[in-house]
Amino acid sequence: MTETAVTPPSERAVRKAAPGEARAPRRSGRRRIALPYLLLLPALLLELLVHLVPMLMGITMSFRELTQFYIRNWSEAPWSGLDNYTVAIDFDAPVGQALLKSFVTTCGFTVLSVGLCWLLGTAAAIFLQENFRGRGILRTLFLVPYALPVYAAVITWAFMFQRDNGLINHVLHDQLGIGDSPAFWLIGDNSFWALLVVSVWKGWPFAFLTVMAGLQNIPRDMYEAAALDGAGVWKQIRHITLPSLRSVNQVLVLVLFLWTFNDFNTPFVLFGKAAPEAADLISLHIYQSSFQTWNFGTGSAMSVLLLLFLLVVTGVYLLLTTRGRKTSDV
Amino acid sequence: MRRIRAAVTGAVTLSLAFTATACGGGEGSEASPKTLTYWASNQGSSIEVDKKVLQPELDQFEKETGIKVKLEVVPWSDLLNRILTATTSGQGPDILNIGNTWSASLQSTGALLPWDAKNLQAIGGKDRFVDSALGSTGVTGQDPAAVPLYSMAYALYYNKQMFKDAGIAKPPTTWDEVIAAGKKLSKNGKSGIGVEGSNLSNNIHQVFVLGKQHGADFFTADGKPDFTSDGAVAAVKQYVDLMAAQKVVAPGNAEYAQNQSLSDFAKNKTGMVLWQTPQQTFASQGMAPDDWGVAPAPVPSGKPGQGTQTNSMVAGINMAVFKNTKNLDGALKFVKFMTSDEEQILLNKAYGSVPPVKSAQKDPVFADPSLTVIRETLAASAAALPQVPEESQFETVVGTAVKELFADAAAGRPVTTESVKAKLEKAQQQMPKK
Repeated sequence: MTETAVTPPSERAVRKAAPGEARAPRRSGRRRIALPYLLLLPALLLELLVHLVPMLMGITMSFRELTQFYIRNWSEAPWSGLDNYTVAIDFDAPVGQALLKSFVTTCGFTVLSVGLCWLLGTAAAIFLQENFRGRGILRTLFLVPYALPVYAAVITWAFMFQRDNGLINHVLHDQLGIGDSPAFWLIGDNSFWALLVVSVWKGWPFAFLTVMAGLQNIPRDMYEAAALDGAGVWKQIRHITLPSLRSVNQVLVLVLFLWTFNDFNTPFVLFGKAAPEAADLISLHIYQSSFQTWNFGTGSAMSVLLLLFLLVVTGVYLLLTTRGRKTSDV
Repeated sequence: MRRIRAAVTGAVTLSLAFTATACGGGEGSEASPKTLTYWASNQGSSIEVDKKVLQPELDQFEKETGIKVKLEVVPWSDLLNRILTATTSGQGPDILNIGNTWSASLQSTGALLPWDAKNLQAIGGKDRFVDSALGSTGVTGQDPAAVPLYSMAYALYYNKQMFKDAGIAKPPTTWDEVIAAGKKLSKNGKSGIGVEGSNLSNNIHQVFVLGKQHGADFFTADGKPDFTSDGAVAAVKQYVDLMAAQKVVAPGNAEYAQNQSLSDFAKNKTGMVLWQTPQQTFASQGMAPDDWGVAPAPVPSGKPGQGTQTNSMVAGINMAVFKNTKNLDGALKFVKFMTSDEEQILLNKAYGSVPPVKSAQKDPVFADPSLTVIRETLAASAAALPQVPEESQFETVVGTAVKELFADAAAGRPVTTESVKAKLEKAQQQMPKK
């Protein structure tokens, strides 16, 4: 281990001069191959313990009839085969229908939220590339939503969205005079938009931060050269900034997608146990389905289906974007 | 076994991991006979108030028995989930408070110690308790899953100043009178009666009583859900119509779930509320005891009684012993202590509730007019919610249906017999299949 801590300057020089590392002695080569795996081992073991084992348990549970009569000793719960899955995806019955509806809502919500987060984050990051007074303060200010504890922040939003005493209606209705009567934001159809606002508010600083970091890697002389060739700001953004951010965006969009699709805290804190139908996101829906009927088997089956869906989407996304990048790199 | 349990805890958490936040696990039952863990429900106007009320009593218990009780006051929004987590993991408190309507549901999980003759004897026998309170401690014919601790009932609380201003001489006793009074009160931005449209449990309590008045139960005699009977539909519609048709409830009430209707009442914005033990909250909102009055909750006509004259549910808190406790003896001692006359008088007085213990009820403190109404309601015209294992699920699905109907009413959408029936049908289909 210690030998990796400090590489002697001489060796560094040699490496720079001759990248042919394969010629290094065999013994140390093998050690070098083993080393990354050894370093990964603790993380891998923890990953197994913290994620995979419980995940397998969850999958097992989805094949059992784990109702209130068995939760105390779930090893006694009878095996139910695919029953839980049949219930979850029987779209003619109310449980399946509700799950499908929640899934569609979540898809729409995720596309809008990720899109807006990315747009706002990228726009703000590009604007703040210019050097001007107060840039540091603005950068800090923009990160505040990201730094606030989720619960405290969302509870504040819930207060602001209250119909009779909330800040939002005070501004929209009392001061700007929009609408005949104050709107409801926490129940009914508007709840979708309330949730979207909070989600974007909470999510865009991460996009901002990531894109800002990505921008630092674009050499300034490329812009200067482009400007000399007569490219305007839009052209520079389209032909230099965005293509250079491609790999950053690839990860950013994926992470935002997974976070938003799975978000539980925001709707739970905003709406409580029973979310309005218009804002019934899938994670809260699964929670409700499990605790509503105390049927953790069906809840687990829904979770497994969600996991499979996210795996497929992630796989396809990575396949498409990576292949695209490889061809463009050639 | 412990390891398996830990694994199961992990599994349950994970099955919700993509979805749910991790609930705080229990601290685990202590093996030492010198300590007990107690989860108290939130009875006072805040958790801090509860700690102040309970801690001196726990100290007293320690002085008498040498057993230290570790107290945790759990908010209502978390309590049921915490109990479920404790049940799943086997890591829970020794003694806990439960909402009395959950008794049968929790009994079916097997997590709670059954109060058989021997255990009941250890706390002084079943006869110490009032019958109506015992009716809400589990499925009929089985050993009770818990014993009554505090008893409450619904009553009509009215704002004296607002009644005077509107020229209403005496509190209403029937629903027609409630609506008539409500219409007189509903002007200049004020409204007649408050509801908590987004509070699922409260919705259930109200529609259950209205169901009784329409001759409907939400479960059949053999325990099957029966949400769509004409009586049940009429009951739910009547409740939502207070906002939708009668307009005596302000639309904003549809999103209330944190006792905002009590604040409105204290601020002279709402003339009436149907509530259980709001005295402390009124006081903390700056209302003097003379500012409000109390009357029995309304009935369709005539006087409150049994059957269609029911005007309240048997509300209350039960105390249960977690079956996994390593200190059964100490736990029984603690329950005996908490249900003793002295503690019953002291605690029920502090919380504004009525003791479910017969001998403690005789104390003059409970002869106060506001508590007499509660005592008489409990004795004569209150009914226990269905004692079936699916009660808890019923609260969630029907409570949600009522919440959605209030949202419709608030948005000005029509609430019809058909739309009510459709919501209840959907709720019934979500109930576990038998």
